[in-house]
Order: sequence, then structure tokens, then C-alpha cells
Amino acid sequence: MTTELLQPLIYDIGSPGRMGVNLPECDVPKVELPAALMREDLPLPEVSEVQVVRHFVKLSKLNYSIDQGLYPLGSCTMKYNPKINEDAARLPGFAQLHPLTDESGSQGALFLMRELQKWLGEISGFDAVSLTPAAGAQGEFAGILMIRQYHRDRGEGQRDLILVPNSAHGTNPATVTMAGMHVHELPSNDRGNVDMDALHAACEGELRDRIAGMMVTVPSTLGLFESTILEVIATVHDAGGLMYMDGANMNALMAAVKPGELGFDVMHYNLHKTFSTPHGGGGPGSGAVGVNDKLAPYLPGPIVEIVEEGAADTEEPVGATLESPEHGRGMTRASQGSPLQTSAGEGDRPPLYGFVMPEKSIGRLKAFHGNFGMHLRAFAYIRVYGDSGIRDVTRYAVLNANYLRAKLMRTYKVPYPRYCGHEFVLEGHFEDAADVHALDISKRLMDYGFHPPTNYFPLIVPEALLIEPTETETKVDLDEFVEAMERIAEEARRDPELLRNAPHTAPVRRLDEVRAAKELVLCCAPALSR
Amino acid sequence: MGDWKTPANLKYAETDEWFAADGAVVTIGITDYAQDQLNDIVYVEFRDAGEELDAGDSFGEVESVKAASELYSAVAGEIIEVNSALEDAPETVNADPFGAGWMVKVRTSDLAPLGGLMDAAAYDAYCDSR
Repeated sequence: MTTELLQPLIYDIGSPGRMGVNLPECDVPKVELPAALMREDLPLPEVSEVQVVRHFVKLSKLNYSIDQGLYPLGSCTMKYNPKINEDAARLPGFAQLHPLTDESGSQGALFLMRELQKWLGEISGFDAVSLTPAAGAQGEFAGILMIRQYHRDRGEGQRDLILVPNSAHGTNPATVTMAGMHVHELPSNDRGNVDMDALHAACEGELRDRIAGMMVTVPSTLGLFESTILEVIATVHDAGGLMYMDGANMNALMAAVKPGELGFDVMHYNLHKTFSTPHGGGGPGSGAVGVNDKLAPYLPGPIVEIVEEGAADTEEPVGATLESPEHGRGMTRASQGSPLQTSAGEGDRPPLYGFVMPEKSIGRLKAFHGNFGMHLRAFAYIRVYGDSGIRDVTRYAVLNANYLRAKLMRTYKVPYPRYCGHEFVLEGHFEDAADVHALDISKRLMDYGFHPPTNYFPLIVPEALLIEPTETETKVDLDEFVEAMERIAEEARRDPELLRNAPHTAPVRRLDEVRAAKELVLCCAPALSR
Repeated sequence: MGDWKTPANLKYAETDEWFAADGAVVTIGITDYAQDQLNDIVYVEFRDAGEELDAGDSFGEVESVKAASELYSAVAGEIIEVNSALEDAPETVNADPFGAGWMVKVRTSDLAPLGGLMDAAAYDAYCDSR
């Protein structure tokens, strides 16, 4: 491990008394704070403005981001985030809106949230949506709590088992445990789908009355569509369970498959994956949940509803959304005019939007209204693309993944050689280069200027490399990635040490992951001056 | 593939634990194949000595740079000893999975479940098929 700092901590570049701002004279009466609230141990960095700017610019240059190149981190959907989202998020009317502003002063924001609820419901075929969960795992937690409460209200509180395939994201079993329920793991078959014999055995055997539901990711974490999904859903429903869809891989389904129409009862969306809100250090995330009418009363709140109808004709019909060809690329009738007005005519009184707690809500998951800045960006994204654009997002995501898969199958083992969704898994090892592992291939990719794919997940594939190019990469970018992967495969045989010692060109060389996992020491206080 | 050790005198579970019976006391650890698949082990945690297990219960968990896995006991009984030296030196499981890397000892009144486990040859074949 290197002990030399690439960039000193900000605490270590200042000096006592240096300031980046001139504070004005105090023009209000000074009040002494109670002695009990005073502290003297508050070491703040004392730096000038230019020092702050240079510090963070230098740090940013050590980073790798989607704005630099391909980021094929499977399961994370690291698509390019259009800059218009940031323009929208910086509009002063939104950026300066205080979360405690009363509803009469925040009708524009409330309208936007309600539109987004409707659009997400439309895209996935669900009746109602709550935007409050702060990220995907919290969306899962909300979904499982809703399922639990649904059973309790029906006098079936003994249902405490959630079926989870062994290919699932680790958050799925964690969610079940957090909700006080128990995981029943299901194996996968040789096509990478849920093993139907094991599912039938669980749903039709002695556990039948304990089945609360099932969590499934579609397409699965292997990037494969669950080709027996209708039978899976019918089997679980027949046992009295509800179906949860982990929406992490929604980028493969939009405008092609609606989970609500397949029969799912609840799903979460990752706005930070599918709908291009910043992700991976630039967050926060947003894990909205959609439900059918069985679970709608249980949604976490608050959600946005019309609390007072406007004058006649002021509310746009709910159906006038994605499927309306006469509206071209727009998502709603409102998109024909100003996006933040209803279709109310001149002089009509618009409806009043307000926050509402659903009748049997599982409660709040987060202060205020969820991560509103992410709702705003997702709204902008969907609004810009419109219905045909959203369909193209999924088509190109799937096309790009299948193009890469077909090209890389010539050099790497693909354990499930069938059409994939938006991502696919390779085995990162070679019979004639036994000492080279998936991790070495990933580290070497950094030398070629690419972010590595996801390593060692899903767990059921040895030396897994999970690759998700997303729709925003051109064929030229994809071909460059293929060329790098092919050269690495050659190097693995010719010069395995080159891989085992990679990366060679990154700001730091190979990290000591064992030590990092064992010694959880994060230095965020003055280092050099101690 | 196939260069892991599988001692002939032990019994093996599909969840990659090994079992060694000495009278009523069964010593449990994870296999060489399992430690190799997990890669560098960075953390172990066991239930406490004195706790009772049912057959199939988890007796702890192991975490590596790649993954976290539950550990299961095929036999019922009382945990009479845990290898607490592994808490400070979990890498011992990588270095010596069948020796110093043993995990817990369980006193059981029913050795029958061991009869349903795999012998070394069957376990090797099982690993080869994965």
C-alpha cells in the first residue's frame, strides 16, 4: 500500500486564520449561546477560495466517471446522465423551494411529483406510486412491509416466508430479514431461470400456508428474462403469496413489458439507474415503489393527490399518457403546452395538489417527501424522451448488451449463451491461464481506460464479470471495449503478470482489499498535522 | 480446476462444510474448495459456546473480499467450543481449512445426519459439477 497521499486532506493545506470569505459586519443583536452548547474542539479547514477550488479539482481528476468513458458496471445501469436534468434541477423555483413551504406555495413541485407518479405507474402498469423511498433497498423494504401488512390485515399473519432465487441481489434477503420475515432460497436451473420444481415444491408443500410472497428481478441478475415468469407468478399467487419485482433491471423492460400486467403486485424503481439521476457518489438515489390496487392503501407516504378539484375540464384524463400517438413525443396532454400547467383553459381554476397519507399506509420512510431533486431529474428525463424515446432507451440498451455479448463470446466463456436483456455475464478465467482471475481482468481494463465491470456477482457464476453497457454508448465505444477485452485475453496467456499487477496507469496501483476489509480506518480528520 | 484437497476421513455437506466425529463431539469447518472459492477471508462470526443448535441451523457466518456466507451444522446439539482464534486471524481458514481453521465443536446425541452427507469422492464430484 502506498502511504504517500495523492492529495493532502483539506485540513492539511490551510493555515490558521486564512479565510475564503469576508463575513459582513453583524447587523443583528448578538446573543450568547448557552455555555453547555459551546464547544472548542471544532477543527474546520482554514483555506482560501482558490485552495478549495484546486483541492477539489485535483481530487476530481483522480476520479473516473461516466462523463469520461464507458462504465459497464453490471446491475448499476451507469448510463450517461443528460445535462438538461441538471438545468432543470437548478431552476430557482425548484432549487430554492424549502421543504416546509406550505402546499399553496409549492403547487408546481407537487404537480411535477404527481405527474411522475402517474408516468412511473404508466411505464410499469401499476395503479399507484409513492416517490418517498430514498433508494432501491428502501423501496424493497417498503414493498415487503406492505406485503406483510396485507397478510396481517387478512388474518394471515403466519405468512412469514419470502421466496428469493439464489441469483438475487444481496439486498433482497437483507430486506426480508429487516422486515422480520424469513428467506426461503430457490435454486436456478441450467438456463439461469428460477427452478420451477423447487418453486412448486415450496408453494404446494407443507410451507404453503407460510408463503408471504416472492422477490424476483426481471430480467434476472444474470441479465436473462425469466421465460417462465407467468407460471412463477401464478404459482405464488395460487399459494396466497404476493409478487415483488426488484426493478433494478427495468432498463431492459421499458415500453416492452409492464410488470403490473404480468401480474406483479409491487415493484420498486431505481430512478438513479433507469431514469438517469446521478449515481455512484453523485447521488442520492431514489427508489419509488409502484403497486396494484391490492396494496395501494398501504403505500408509504406522503403521496401527491388532487385534494381539491378544479373547475370543470381542468384535470387531464389519466389515460392520455404514453400511448397517445397524437401527442407525439410528449408523455401527457400537458406536454402540449407549458409542462408545469394543467390543461386548464384561460380563467379556469386549476386543481389543488396536496400531500396525502394512504389509508393504511405503512408510514413514512424518510423525512419530507423523498429525494425531490431526483424526482425532478427523472421527470426531466422522461419528459425529454417521451414515449417513443423511452422505448428506444430499452431497445438500444438490449441491442448494445447483445452486441457486446456476441462479440465477447469469441474470447470468453458465456455461461448462459442465449439472448440477454440489458446486461450479461462472462466467466473471467481461462483454462490455459489458471492464475488469472476476473479481478485481474477488471484491473487491467483500467489501463485501457475503462471502468471495470461488476466482479464476482451473481454469486452462482464462477469468476463472474457482469457487463452492462447501457444504451448511451455508440458502436465505436463498444468496439473499443471489445478490442481491449480481446487484448487482455491474449495478455492473460502471454504475460499473466501484466494482469496480476494491474492497474499500471491508475493513480494508485492494486489496492490491498484484504487489509481494507479488515482495518476499517477511514481518515477524515487532519492527518499530517497530528 | 480440481486442485483442492478433500481429506478421505471427513463428511461433507452441499453447503461446503466438513464434519469430523470423535465420539459424540463433531468438529465443523469449511472445505478447501469453499475457501478457494471465497478467496481471502476477512471476517468470521460464530454463535456462542453453550448455545443449542437444531440440525440445519446456522452456527455463524464467514465473509471474504468476494462474498458473505452462512455456515450450517448438519447435526443438532450444544456448541461446546468455538475457535475464537479465527476472529483475529480469519486468514487461517484459507491457509489450513481442515486443521487450525476448524470453526466449532458440537456435542450431539444423534450422529445419524452425518450418514446422509457426502464422502470425499462424492464431494469432489459435486464440486467438479459446479
